[in-house]
Amino acid sequence: MLSSQELVFFSVALVVIATAVAMLLSRNAVHSVLFLVLNFASVAALYMILGAPFIALAQVTVYAGAIMILFLFVVMLLGAERLSGKEPLRGQRLMAGVVFVALLVEAGVMVMLQSRGGLGSLTPPTGSFANPAEIGMALFTSYSLPFELTSVLLVVAAVGAIVLTHREKKEH
Amino acid sequence: MVPVSYYLALSVILFSLGVMGVLLRRNAIVIFMSLELMFNAANLVFVAFASYYQALSGQIFVFFVMTVAAAEVAVGLALMVAIFRSKKSIDVDQMSSMKG
Amino acid sequence: MAAYFGLVPWVVFLPVIGLLLNLLFGRRLGEKGIGLIASLAAGLAFVVSVVLALGLGYNPQPVTIHRADWLVVGSLNVAWNFRVDTLSVTMMLVVSGVGTLIHIYATGYMHSDVCHNGDPGRYRRFFVFFNLFIVAMMILVSADNYLMLFVGWEGVGLCSYLLIGFWFEKGQEGLGNARAAKKAFVVNRIGDFGVLVALFFIFWAFGSFNFTDVFSKAAAVSQALPAVTLAITLFLLLGVAGKSAQLPLYVWLPDAMAGPTPVSALIHAATMVTAGVYLIARSSPLFNMMPAAGQIVAWVGALTAFFAATIAVGQSDIKKVLAYSTISQLGFMVAAVGMGAYVAGMFHLVTHAFFKSLLFLSAGSVILGMERADEGQHGEASGHTVQETDPQDMRNMGGLQSRMPLTFWVYLAGALALSGIAPLAGFFSKDEILAAAGHTPAIFVLLILAAFLTAFYMGRQIFMVFFGKPRSQPAAQASESPAIITGPLVVLAILSVVGGVLNLPGLAWLEQWLSHTVQDVLPGEFTWPVALGSLTVGLLGLVVAWLVYGRRSLGSPASPDPLELSLNGLFRAVEHKWWVDEAYHAIFVRRYEQLTHFLSQPVDLGVIDGAANGLARLSRGLAQAWSRLENGFVRTYALAIAIGLVLILGYLVLR
Repeated sequence: MLSSQELVFFSVALVVIATAVAMLLSRNAVHSVLFLVLNFASVAALYMILGAPFIALAQVTVYAGAIMILFLFVVMLLGAERLSGKEPLRGQRLMAGVVFVALLVEAGVMVMLQSRGGLGSLTPPTGSFANPAEIGMALFTSYSLPFELTSVLLVVAAVGAIVLTHREKKEH
Repeated sequence: MVPVSYYLALSVILFSLGVMGVLLRRNAIVIFMSLELMFNAANLVFVAFASYYQALSGQIFVFFVMTVAAAEVAVGLALMVAIFRSKKSIDVDQMSSMKG
Repeated sequence: MAAYFGLVPWVVFLPVIGLLLNLLFGRRLGEKGIGLIASLAAGLAFVVSVVLALGLGYNPQPVTIHRADWLVVGSLNVAWNFRVDTLSVTMMLVVSGVGTLIHIYATGYMHSDVCHNGDPGRYRRFFVFFNLFIVAMMILVSADNYLMLFVGWEGVGLCSYLLIGFWFEKGQEGLGNARAAKKAFVVNRIGDFGVLVALFFIFWAFGSFNFTDVFSKAAAVSQALPAVTLAITLFLLLGVAGKSAQLPLYVWLPDAMAGPTPVSALIHAATMVTAGVYLIARSSPLFNMMPAAGQIVAWVGALTAFFAATIAVGQSDIKKVLAYSTISQLGFMVAAVGMGAYVAGMFHLVTHAFFKSLLFLSAGSVILGMERADEGQHGEASGHTVQETDPQDMRNMGGLQSRMPLTFWVYLAGALALSGIAPLAGFFSKDEILAAAGHTPAIFVLLILAAFLTAFYMGRQIFMVFFGKPRSQPAAQASESPAIITGPLVVLAILSVVGGVLNLPGLAWLEQWLSHTVQDVLPGEFTWPVALGSLTVGLLGLVVAWLVYGRRSLGSPASPDPLELSLNGLFRAVEHKWWVDEAYHAIFVRRYEQLTHFLSQPVDLGVIDGAANGLARLSRGLAQAWSRLENGFVRTYALAIAIGLVLILGYLVLR
């Protein structure tokens, strides 16, 4: 009989995988975006279970909230055209299937070996482990340099996005 | 008491699904989304091990991954828009003029 | 006097200076200057040789003058030393003495050539090569080790090639002279191969190339390694057969007559071809240890002497007769040294140098006379082969005695000397050889027959050229040659007449002189029966020649040779040189040409070029196939990355 924790894990995992598959298979791009949002939300739930509340909420806010909205905007902008179901490249589907199965098999073997090696179980999360205060301390002391660099990166990305989509006035 | 290996297995499945998405879909935006899926799979592993070893650095790393992913998506989608302006299509198979 | 031995390097360096001066400043010096410098270089070398000879006269022991270290490798120590002993100085005197006379002659002869054919640059080239030859020959005779001798050996071979092909654009089909030069070089090469193998054996058996070292160990080594010593002597014989034109490698010498007459006189009569005889005389200790080898050498010489004499009877070109005569006389010399009569061989070498070069130079004078008459008639310069009448064909000559008297008298002197008529030089030297041959009856018979034929063909030549009525226009209008040409002829004629004093029986000056260097010199025998016999044979030959050629007029150039009428088939055989050249061509040359065609066409073009081109085509094909991987589709590239990922993971899993 499964323990309660295992039960919770399996049900959330099921949702994660189902939404991921649905995202891949749906013909409509907007449907894909929405399925991915659901996927991110369920992964956030997993993060909660793993005792990472800050990260979970950051996932919902940044990923599901900001990034996916950006995707949605672009989908709307560029027209969610339906591309034909025929695959123009020969052998691509076959090879992709082969790669998928191979990856699963290999990774499965590695995981098996590891679990036999001695990876144990996860302890339930404690309250004081990864609370925002702790993360904030770490971010601004030990990891302050990557923090600053990342902020520079964000500025660069924002500027780059503007430059890339800039239209010269006179070309019109 | 969920073994860590379960989380690893889940992550592997998500990652493989992401790879499939990159290989099989022709809509450039969906390819980007599959890329995000792969990022998520990696984040999941980080957080799982951060919890297992009670090490905060795993979660800090996930934080940074998210930030960089955001930047990357911004730039990537801007590129898509720019390309759409000239090619009038988001089918990646149409962007094959560098052949030979 | 001993201090003067130090001058010996000058016999080499004086001609070197001469040729360098001519090479660098020849254009400015003009014809007279070039000729003067070249002749002076040879003449001064002669003076040095005389000084050395006088020095040796006081103290006849061999002296070695060190010049430079050449090869010092491990146990091999070959230096460039000059050896001054009676044998080498004899050769030096002959080479430089006769050489100087021929240089002087050549200044006049080549002047006619330039007038005839234009191109003054030729004059300079000729004398540069001529001096180069003297240099090489001097290196050969003054060497004190076998390797240095070989350097000179190769050098004279090279100069022979350069000078035979001097008129390289003339000859049959514009290539004939070049072919003759090539033939000389290739056939000589076969001989050189023999010398090289002998050198290898010498080093292996004796551990040194130095004459003194080798000869001091000769007895011991020939006891311990008889087979090797025999191999050395036989391979040296192969070299001698090549350089001194013995059977079976004589075929280059008649073709070498394509070169100018001074070349024929100096190189192919007096000096280069005698290098082989010198080599055997120098290696006398080795040959003395191997009587079997000596026998073989003697037989080769005797057979050559007889064989070549038969061919000389049937030739109608004035120079070809003399060429075959040279081969025959070289056979005499080689037979002599083979039988151990080194002094007789060297004596004949010296006297032969006198009268054979005299004969060649006089023949040149005759040819010049004919050309002058021809040119005067037609009033334009024509090359040596594009003549209305061939100036070298004896059938076109006749009655030149009255038109070119001086040439006639010196030619007669040379012919009588060659035929062995007493008291001229040839009588004494040939007689000594015959006497030494008396021990082996078969060889004696061959040599006597060769002597008879020698007198016969020389008589034939005299009667055809100088007596009777002129058989063509140029012969009727020939004129005597200028003094610069006839001068050396007179000197050589005098030497041919009195040269016998070098080794008169009883006085035996040359014998005593050489005995200081050559070991085991057999005392010269002078037996009256042999002497009278050889004299009779010589006179008999001349008389028979007169009977056949002198008595009746010979008619027009086109009419057949009187001998052909009586000895039909035999005459045609000797006229065609016993078809030896044709046989060589069919057996060796054609096979070789087929091989070269095979190698050039399928092998060189097909295989080698094919491999090179094929490689290029292969890489182009590969590149084209590879470029198809870049089809521009991003998803293909992504698939490639994914496959790579799978493979890497697989490797990590399986490890």
